[in-house]
This record gives sequence, structure tokens and C-alpha cells, in this order.
Amino acid sequence: MFPNRFEYRRPGSLAEAVQILAENPDAKLLAGGHSLLPAMKLRLAAPSTLVDLSQIEGLRGIAANGALTIGALATYNQVHDSAAVRQAAPMLADTCGIVGDPQVRVRGTLGGSLAHADPAADLTAVVLALGGEVTVVGSGGERTIAADDLFVDLLTTSLAPEEIITEIRIPDLAGAKMAYEKHEHPASGYAVVGVAAVLAMGDGGTIRSARLAVTGATAKATRLSSAEAVLAGKTVRTETIAAAAAAAADGLEINGDLYASADYRRHLVGVLTRRALERATG
Amino acid sequence: MPTAASPDRVSVALTVNGTDHALLLEPRRTLLDALRHDLALTGAKKVCDMGNCGACTVLLDGRAAYACLLLAVDCAGRSVTTVEGLAKGGELDPVQRAFVAADAFQCGYCTPGQVMSVRALLDENPAPTDADILRAVSGNLCRCGAYRNILDAARIAADLGARAHANGGSDADAVR
Repeated sequence: MFPNRFEYRRPGSLAEAVQILAENPDAKLLAGGHSLLPAMKLRLAAPSTLVDLSQIEGLRGIAANGALTIGALATYNQVHDSAAVRQAAPMLADTCGIVGDPQVRVRGTLGGSLAHADPAADLTAVVLALGGEVTVVGSGGERTIAADDLFVDLLTTSLAPEEIITEIRIPDLAGAKMAYEKHEHPASGYAVVGVAAVLAMGDGGTIRSARLAVTGATAKATRLSSAEAVLAGKTVRTETIAAAAAAAADGLEINGDLYASADYRRHLVGVLTRRALERATG
Repeated sequence: MPTAASPDRVSVALTVNGTDHALLLEPRRTLLDALRHDLALTGAKKVCDMGNCGACTVLLDGRAAYACLLLAVDCAGRSVTTVEGLAKGGELDPVQRAFVAADAFQCGYCTPGQVMSVRALLDENPAPTDADILRAVSGNLCRCGAYRNILDAARIAADLGARAHANGGSDADAVR
């Protein structure tokens, strides 16, 4: 298998990359390429121009200052191994250690995962539950997109065609409890269903607010707003967690396929919500 | 380093097993195809060609990577090691000898990839646990089901490495 022919460009700056994108509307960005190259080999993608981001400086750094800033080209391994990420958002570090397999984690990037918006990706739900946002640069300059507004549909984001994610920011979550639980497809490792939970804690073990997100069950990573509503203001107890798990799938449009029916995935949303909450608070 | 925008061939400088190669390649050429077709290094195998099976695993700057999902042009200036690059002076690498000692293969088609994943693991972590080993080869499928012996091989290879370190050098006789 091999991709269609394309023109290969390796810009040295973001401005140059944005210009190439603006001049070539069907161009694609190459980061780790571990989703894009398979798609190109299958001719699901056949860009006339491939814009390799690897020579652009400043897209790989990880910095913590209360909030966490991660360059879009930081690999899963780099995020997993970062002491700053582990301190500020352990769920993010842990999840980057279970994406795919070692050969994927050495190459795949956090920014690439979010831009690709695979319906079964792990990091989309994790960044959504963490309340993250991405900084993007395009011909109109720089803007910020909250993860809540980034994922639009299957493999579709609100990025404009000439926009490039440059960094991912995770807000200061000091004291929050968090965990991601998934049932993974035994062959691909993708999430059949995955649930990420982040609980901001108040006094006396009260949940001040909750952000939960699901992947794998729906066309895009989606907040579990019914479960969040159940949890807000409650104390952490077995009954609270059970009630949140029971409500988790409410209102979701759940997809089924040959491996897992929609009913089974609906069941998993509840189970994995319970497990994520138990582990976060355990 | 190719800088010219061209839909045809670009010059690519690849460093494979310590040797520099100057190639003229289409940008769509994967590292795996460049190794197998342009450099006649057929140790890295093409099976799924989609980053699922691990038969194409090579070391890129010392870390296990899928050669089928890397563009050769994107590997310029980086160090690529294939299974052909492991043996030194006609003597197999300890990982290779451990695979022989443990009979860690049947058809052998996944073996180069398995060997490279274990090599990458031991370079990073010379004393891995079984969990570390299983995690390291989790991206390498063996349809013959030689997994138990592959685990044994990795344990033996780690032991060989430890003994070589203790002896300050050769471990050549350890599994003969």
C-alpha cells in the first residue's frame, strides 16, 4: 500500500505553514502521521500537499505554571514522561501511557490526536473532561478554542482549514480528583467506550463541580452532563456514584458496530463512569 | 535535506545501521519501503502496513517505531537501526541469541520486529519486569502464538545483558 502522490513541504515557521495551507485548500498537516498515513494508504485522504510540521520550533515544549501548557507536537511518550503533567493532571499522563502501543506512543502527538478527532480516541475525552483548550494559529492570527467547542462531529473539528493547533492548555486543577477508564478493543487498542472524570472538590469531601466526558460511544467526544448534574454539590458516596453511573448515558446518541452494539456501549458508559469515579475518589 | 517543493523525487539522506545513504525518493515512500526496496534491507517485514502488527518495527533514534508509518523523507538526519544492524562482528546480539535459546518463534515472520522491540526495551531498562516486557512487545503480533517463548527470550536477553555487564564484556558463551 502507498499513498497517492503529494507535494511534500517542510516549512520552517508557523507563518510559512499557514501560508501553504491557505494556498492549498486540500493540504493536510503531518505531525506523527499515525492516523493520517493509514488514511492516505486507504485513499480515505488524498491531499495534494502534505505539510510536515517537524521542523517548526517551539511546538514540543511542556510548561506548568498552575495551568499546564503542552506543545501540540509533544508525543504521547513526552507527555506521559513529563513530571509537570503528572503533577498537574495525572490522568493526562496516565492516558498518554496507554494510547495504542509503544510504537504509536513514540510518534503520535497530543495535538494530532485532538485535530484528528477520532471517535474512539482516548485523549479527546480526557482533554474535554479536564476543561482544556487549544491555541490555534491561522491566517486571521491566533485564537483559543475550548475543547467543549472543538469537537463537532465524527473526525470533524471547528478548526478552519488553514488553522494549526500550536498548544494545548489545561487549567489549574489543584486538588481535583480525576481518572480515565476504558474498555479497549482487543485488536486495535482504541476505546470501545472510555470515560474520563474530573471532580473539583469543595470542603468536607463535597464535589464542587464535575466534568465527565465519553469517547467511543458517540460520534465525537461528549460531556456526560446528566452524570455531572447528579454529582455537583454531593458528597462522594457509593450511592452518589451509582446514581451518576445510572444517569451517565441519558441523552446520548450512541453508535453500534459489529464489535459492540449500541445497547452494549450504553451499558459500558454506565460501568465505566462508575469505575472512573471510584478510581478518582478511591 | 530536501527543501525543494516537488511532486516527484527528492533527495533523502538516511543513516541506517550507522551507514549514510543518499537516496532519491518520492516523498510518499515509507521508511519501510525505502529499507526493503531501495536499500535491500529486508529484515523489517511488511505485513499489515498500517501500524497494527509490528513486523516492520525498527529503532528510530533508539526507540521502537513502525517503519510502515514513517515517511522516509521525514527520517532524514535521524538514526535508523534495523535487525540487520544488531549483530556485531559476526556475533548475534544477545537479544537474537536469546530468541534462539528460547525457541521464541515458529514461522519467524514477526521475529525481527519482536527482537527490535525487546532491544529497545533493554536499552532503556536493562532489568525489566515481566509486565515491562509484555508492555514493550504489546505492539507486535505473533499469529503463531509464540508469546510465552518471546517472554522467556526477553528474560534471557536481560539476564545476558546483566552478565555481560558483570563480566565487563563478552557474554558470547552464555547460551551456547
